[in-house]
Amino acid sequence: MSEKVLMCGNEAVAEAAIQAGLDAFFGYPITPQNEIPEYMSRRMPEEGRVFVQSESEIAAINMVYGAAATGARAMTSSSSPGISLKQEGISYLAGSQLPAVIVNMMRGGPGLGNIEPSQSDYFQATRGGGHGDYYHIALAGNSVQEMADLMYDAFDLADKYRGPVMVIGDGILAQMIEPVDVFAKKRPPIQTDKSWALGNLKDRSPNIVNSLFLGDNVLENHNLRLQAKYQIIRDTEVRFEATDTEDADLIVVAYGIASRIASSAIRKARKKGLKVGLFRPITLWPFPAKPIAALAGQGRKFLAVELSYGQMVEDVRLAVNGASPVDFYGRAGGSVPTVEAVLEKIEENLK
Amino acid sequence: MTNSFQEKITIAGFGGQGIMLLGKLLAQTAMKNNLNVTYMPAYGAEVRGGTANCMVCLGTDPIANPMVINPDTLIVLNKASFSKFLPKLKSGGKIIVNTSKIDNAIDRDDIEVIAAPIDDIAIALDSPKSANMVALGIFLQSHSFLSPQMACDCLCDVLAKRYHSMLQVNADAILKGAQSIQ
Amino acid sequence: MSTLVYEKPESLYDRKTHYCPGCGHGVAHRLIAETIDELDIRHKTIGIAPVGCSVLAYNYLNIDMVEVAHGRAPAVATGMKRVKPDHIIFAYQGDGDLASIGCAEIMHAAHRGEDITVIFVNNAIYGMTGGQMAPTTMVGQIASTCPNGRDPLKEGYPMQMAEILSIMPGATYIERCAITDPANIRKTKKAIKHAFQRQLDGENGFNMVEILSPCPTYWRMSPVDAKKHITEQMTKTFPLGKLKG
Repeated sequence: MSEKVLMCGNEAVAEAAIQAGLDAFFGYPITPQNEIPEYMSRRMPEEGRVFVQSESEIAAINMVYGAAATGARAMTSSSSPGISLKQEGISYLAGSQLPAVIVNMMRGGPGLGNIEPSQSDYFQATRGGGHGDYYHIALAGNSVQEMADLMYDAFDLADKYRGPVMVIGDGILAQMIEPVDVFAKKRPPIQTDKSWALGNLKDRSPNIVNSLFLGDNVLENHNLRLQAKYQIIRDTEVRFEATDTEDADLIVVAYGIASRIASSAIRKARKKGLKVGLFRPITLWPFPAKPIAALAGQGRKFLAVELSYGQMVEDVRLAVNGASPVDFYGRAGGSVPTVEAVLEKIEENLK
Repeated sequence: MTNSFQEKITIAGFGGQGIMLLGKLLAQTAMKNNLNVTYMPAYGAEVRGGTANCMVCLGTDPIANPMVINPDTLIVLNKASFSKFLPKLKSGGKIIVNTSKIDNAIDRDDIEVIAAPIDDIAIALDSPKSANMVALGIFLQSHSFLSPQMACDCLCDVLAKRYHSMLQVNADAILKGAQSIQ
Repeated sequence: MSTLVYEKPESLYDRKTHYCPGCGHGVAHRLIAETIDELDIRHKTIGIAPVGCSVLAYNYLNIDMVEVAHGRAPAVATGMKRVKPDHIIFAYQGDGDLASIGCAEIMHAAHRGEDITVIFVNNAIYGMTGGQMAPTTMVGQIASTCPNGRDPLKEGYPMQMAEILSIMPGATYIERCAITDPANIRKTKKAIKHAFQRQLDGENGFNMVEILSPCPTYWRMSPVDAKKHITEQMTKTFPLGKLKG
């Protein structure tokens, strides 16, 4: 393992992507993720790989689509308004079953919103986001180190399941500088069958990369294959971290930066003798519904904390399915919940 | 250093005063000396229009929450930052005030004030741009967890190579700042 | 003894097409397929099918192909060419695709000088969706969304994409052709071949062959009249010839 260095989340994500075997990066400026394309513009040519600053987020995701169609590891990054623009391409990637990685460093919305940290794109990230019946894996770290680590997983999962994978951070994780070893999780890319890729047409019939399916039941059958794939992902790729949940009277559910604020509040609550635990989803989709369901009941309460006005809490409620009360605390529009406010909410729930 | 501790610091001034470099050097020094650390710069529109600030958290335990709302220590290099952040300083906290630029009266008696003519010290060193390093020297001298020399040793890690001719000047400023409050 | 004088190119499937009688797409497909065979580049050519009538181009061209979102073909081509610089990458686009929804993508692919070829089939109408007005629809031409004929004061003049793109330094070869008669079809093929050859030779720059192509169905003309319409009317707005390179 190499030594830790100080890097901001954006740069760590970029370098980890390069180490994970990224062949081509396409991006467009938007705050707070600008350090990713800036870093890539410097590093990708050094590695003899592709960097293009596109004319728009729409073009960027379609460049990703083109590169991915040839079997290359391709990626783009943006922040909330830009991710909205990419949804067309993400839907096509899902439909055409092309592996790709998209990073969303979320900022305040709706509309142009602001450039402050936010977690208000949860619905978009976990419900497909574009048109059609699809999902994509959504990975959320809560430190610069974990954001970097997840890039290796993101590319491997994209290849393994032939589809887009989103890595989700926010303005804080993007801009925050922490000690990080971007090589910590470095490993050779998983080897998958890429016989579907375009180019080098020899001794085979032509490959078609396509999301158009005409004819009776043809599209339905395609969708059923996609749904079967999504079920495998739900069954096998759920990731989370549960801390002090076993004896907890209240479990705080939070991901990304909100989980760090929550863990500060939980530490203070524990000092006051309150039995509080933290459940941190790492895969936002597939959501860790079963592990949460297993913790529900037994008189236990849940509190979702988000930088939104209540998005992930819906998944918590679906998982708990009435077995426990689920409360919510969140701030958004660029505002960040304070430790004190979360603590207050914890105490209110345990009165 | 035996006791566990955590220190949350807000550093503020205007653009061009080297606020970000000050924060980054502090973070690098903490990391190199085995402390946990996070550094969060203000970004985007916030850094336009002249103001610059950053938040640094360091301590013996992992930093859960990198956001600093009520700092333990506030380093302010200009008037606007002084007015903006003084009310947020934690009771019992420390404020390092650049009296070369800030002549405001301090209306709180629950805090420790460390006043120094930071710009003037830098000017006396013939290096007015090193005021940020003077401030860092003062900060490190007023706390016991990292020495000013440790920061000097980390300068080459954070200064871009093209500024490496300035390593000695910056180190001198750090040490001068430290001496100024001894 | 018989001599074979005419056969389907290998790069074209022997299939019935879904195109209307008198449509130009079939001819354009064939010219591309013949070119690929003649240059012996089938193994390293990737085609991009747009949204529009030619969305199913991959059913006819016997090569690796990708179908993409409306207007985005030049961006997809950029992604492909950058990671496969030794391949011949061509985007096949209609006028709604290229000149309307994909205006940003085509302009910037040309602007960056991407080493790709765009085959721009201009029939001055949206065919797939049922004959709506396109940016290239002629002044006075009736379409389902300009039932009284295109009024330039309300709907603007037809967009001359070849002329617009040809002023960009990144575009190195731009030619407008028409598939109206054997002579012009031969010229069109020569242009396509020249464009592909440029990629093959590693010549830098964006190249585009615009093909004026009949749409008898939505021009509400016979195939013969539609071709005459191109020669007599369309070429006044869209003059044939090499604009660059």
